[in-house]
Amino acid sequence: MPDTTLTSDPSHDEPGDHGDDAAGYYTPGEPIADTKAPGGPIDERWQTRKFEARLVNPSNRRKLDVIIVGTGLAGGAAAATLGEAGYNVKSFCYQDSPRRAHSIAAQGGINAAKNYKEDGDSVHRLFYDTVKGGDYRSRESNVYRLAEVSTNIIDQCVAQGVPFAREYGGLLDNRSFGGVQVSRTFYARGQTGQQLLIGAYQAMERQVAAGTVEQFTRHEMLEVIVVDGKARGIIARDLVTGEIETHLADVVVLASGGYGNVFFLSTNAMGSNVTAAWRAHRKGAYMANPCYTQIHPTCIPVTGTHQSKLTLMSESLRNDGRIWVPKSKADCEKDPRDIPEEDRDYYLERIYPSFGNLVPRDIASRAAKNVCDEGRGVGPAVEGVRRGVYLDFASAIERLGRDGIEEKYDNLFDMYARITGENPYETPMRIYPAVHYVMGGLWVDYDLQSSIKGLFVTGEANFSDHGANRLGASALMQGLADGYFVLPHTIRDYLADGPFEKVAEDHPAVVEARKSVQDRVDHFLTTKGTRSVDSYHRELGNIMWEYCGMERSEDGLKKAIDLIRTLKDDFWRNVKVLGTAESLNQSLERAGRVADFIELGELMCIDALNRRESCGGHFRAESQTEDGEALRHDDQFAYVAAWEFAGDGEPPVLHKEDLVYTAIEMKQRSYK
Amino acid sequence: MKVTLKIWRQPDAASKGAMHTYELDGVSEDMSFLEMLDVLNEELNGKGEDPVAFDSDCREGICGMCGLMINGEAHGPEVTTTCQLHMRSFKDGDEIVIEPWRADAFPVVKDLVVDRGAFDRIIQAGGYISVNTGSAPEAHSVPVPREDAVRAFNVATCIGCGACVAACPNGSASLFMGAKITHLGELPQGQPERDSRVVDMVAQHDAEGFGGCTNIGECTAACPKEIPLDVISRLNWDLHQAMRHGH
Repeated sequence: MPDTTLTSDPSHDEPGDHGDDAAGYYTPGEPIADTKAPGGPIDERWQTRKFEARLVNPSNRRKLDVIIVGTGLAGGAAAATLGEAGYNVKSFCYQDSPRRAHSIAAQGGINAAKNYKEDGDSVHRLFYDTVKGGDYRSRESNVYRLAEVSTNIIDQCVAQGVPFAREYGGLLDNRSFGGVQVSRTFYARGQTGQQLLIGAYQAMERQVAAGTVEQFTRHEMLEVIVVDGKARGIIARDLVTGEIETHLADVVVLASGGYGNVFFLSTNAMGSNVTAAWRAHRKGAYMANPCYTQIHPTCIPVTGTHQSKLTLMSESLRNDGRIWVPKSKADCEKDPRDIPEEDRDYYLERIYPSFGNLVPRDIASRAAKNVCDEGRGVGPAVEGVRRGVYLDFASAIERLGRDGIEEKYDNLFDMYARITGENPYETPMRIYPAVHYVMGGLWVDYDLQSSIKGLFVTGEANFSDHGANRLGASALMQGLADGYFVLPHTIRDYLADGPFEKVAEDHPAVVEARKSVQDRVDHFLTTKGTRSVDSYHRELGNIMWEYCGMERSEDGLKKAIDLIRTLKDDFWRNVKVLGTAESLNQSLERAGRVADFIELGELMCIDALNRRESCGGHFRAESQTEDGEALRHDDQFAYVAAWEFAGDGEPPVLHKEDLVYTAIEMKQRSYK
Repeated sequence: MKVTLKIWRQPDAASKGAMHTYELDGVSEDMSFLEMLDVLNEELNGKGEDPVAFDSDCREGICGMCGLMINGEAHGPEVTTTCQLHMRSFKDGDEIVIEPWRADAFPVVKDLVVDRGAFDRIIQAGGYISVNTGSAPEAHSVPVPREDAVRAFNVATCIGCGACVAACPNGSASLFMGAKITHLGELPQGQPERDSRVVDMVAQHDAEGFGGCTNIGECTAACPKEIPLDVISRLNWDLHQAMRHGH
């Protein structure tokens, strides 16, 4: 491996001399630590924790109520598993069916350390690759556990009937995926997320039939109920009738996904939002590393200002597609097929010869942005700039035949053709980076418990496993690991203290939570301003992409914070939401979500301002090597930034959790 | 370009609905059909009129949430989801009629939004393999012939959008149900429950008020994932076998 030990370039940024860019924007708080992770050898920690976690006997499980918000891979899997175990589960989703959770859109695959290819893979190597890929900003113990249970995930899914790709002998096939050199990715053509989610959904529906899981569709969680420091339920709004409902429980699980839609344009589903997590944050759950956003290198470029979302093309395409732009600006308007080999710049293969087109996502994204910024982008110019690079399958088609390519990627090629009106078998695809996934989320300990007791957070909604960057095919792994194999063990340790004293519906904490939901709904409907909810969301998205996107700087972030504060003030005075609260009202739903995105956006900028280092998908202009690569500062920033809400208009409190590596040595990443 | 939209407006399930006409200018052919509706809704909001309610989520053709009858066709003139239909499929000056899915088993919630909860209840009746978490055997312990795995995958691509039901003159969900029965029945893991699955799912299908299948084939023609009609033959075969086995 071409790793080198950390060397920072003194001419650019002296270690230990980074100031505090965010001074004045936050209040320093007490350090925190994860007290649940056992010590000892890393490969024994999860076994130890599972053994030490107390048991709940089957007759007591029936007396315990669990609320799960979200029905994606993490939430659906958790609902199914906890239902099987015999708890009373209530499952909530905003969609019309749990099967529509956005996990369904994941295309490429799921990693597992099965070593079926005997190419040097192992649990330890999957762990190592994931920590390194996350730029040493994830938690060692959590990531090791993820790698460890990955093999069980595949067994579980196969048993459920997930139709993974198979070889002619009937055994499972694997492929390699961005950022790694072994073939450990299991896939179901380009629809792996769909197949895994349907597996979890079916397992959950089986429990609905068995009576252990009650599902609430078209319901949105708008508040968490905290009694005596413990999460004891949620306030949800029935999106069809408008009724504000109280649901009480002994424990609450948030599996509500990521908040990439803070950028307005992203690959997230239109309804994906931060509300469940943000409401919990305001009630005391720390929000960790909110600025960690993954920019995905292979999305279909923007075509105009009407655009509502961006479409991802699976990163698996980088296995066979070669990425290039013309060497000369003068060729950018030409038909790519008329540009001879010698006039093409296969820039990833040139700069990163050992990884080539398979470099990690942040590197591929930034490299694409750089060549477009140089004026060598291709495709239509939007607002004067061509923002696209070619992803070319010509040589793969020559090598594998058109049939071979169809077999592997057909639905992706069809999707591309449908959206762009171009045939990618004949001309190269055009791609550009877009916001795809967030590595930040609510802070959790090794048990996946947040800083509110009894509030557990799983999947993309938590922060712990991916660090500052996420390798391909690892999000599906985390969602299912959390839902099927981790949470069911850790939550029982918490529930072993039960049964808990019942909470009355007229408890002041319940009344207060209901009132705050009602007040917000009333406010939006009575403001009668002049601007639509979407127009605020777009403006927020532009600010975030411009100043807190692929590249950030101190000045830009400070400007963004000012702009967001102004936007927030205007939003609350001038938003226009029509209709009533007593029926389906999609503008009203979005108003609440955008209100939360605005507050989150400000915190993301403050977090980015504090972190004056480049790591993973987070590139700080002030921290780069002489040749423009991201430069980490482990001496100062090897911590999780866990933010505490201090009240409206008050600066947030920053708690730092030191990242301690005992099984792995921190190194500067190098993919050359 | 400019289009005339005739849209079904219905405030809620209990109210009567009616077609309303809207003129929309400045439509770009790069817009998806749903982005065109977004633009209409921004205009309506500006004028103080209640925006049109419609379902959508992933907007990349996989979640199955969107679904509209467009000029009488489920998802419109192309074989795709509504979110992947683009305005380049229409011409300047076109009149476009937009209605919700039409089926007794899919009651209207509001405007273009319907309730497809019946699909979940059909799956609850048996559309799964009973395996508890943590007890699964090693994945390689049961090889699956590649052709079987491919066939299972091809029908497992059903997104549960409901276009098959909306397109069927009988409002039958046989294609949806047949896809699931074929997916699970094609794999060794699905064999133990094969008989009970089909019997229970068909019973639930009928209880929900879906109609019977008369092999018209509109369902497969409208299916954005091109689920083939023979999944219904498979459904009928499995049902027949189950009855022979005494279910």
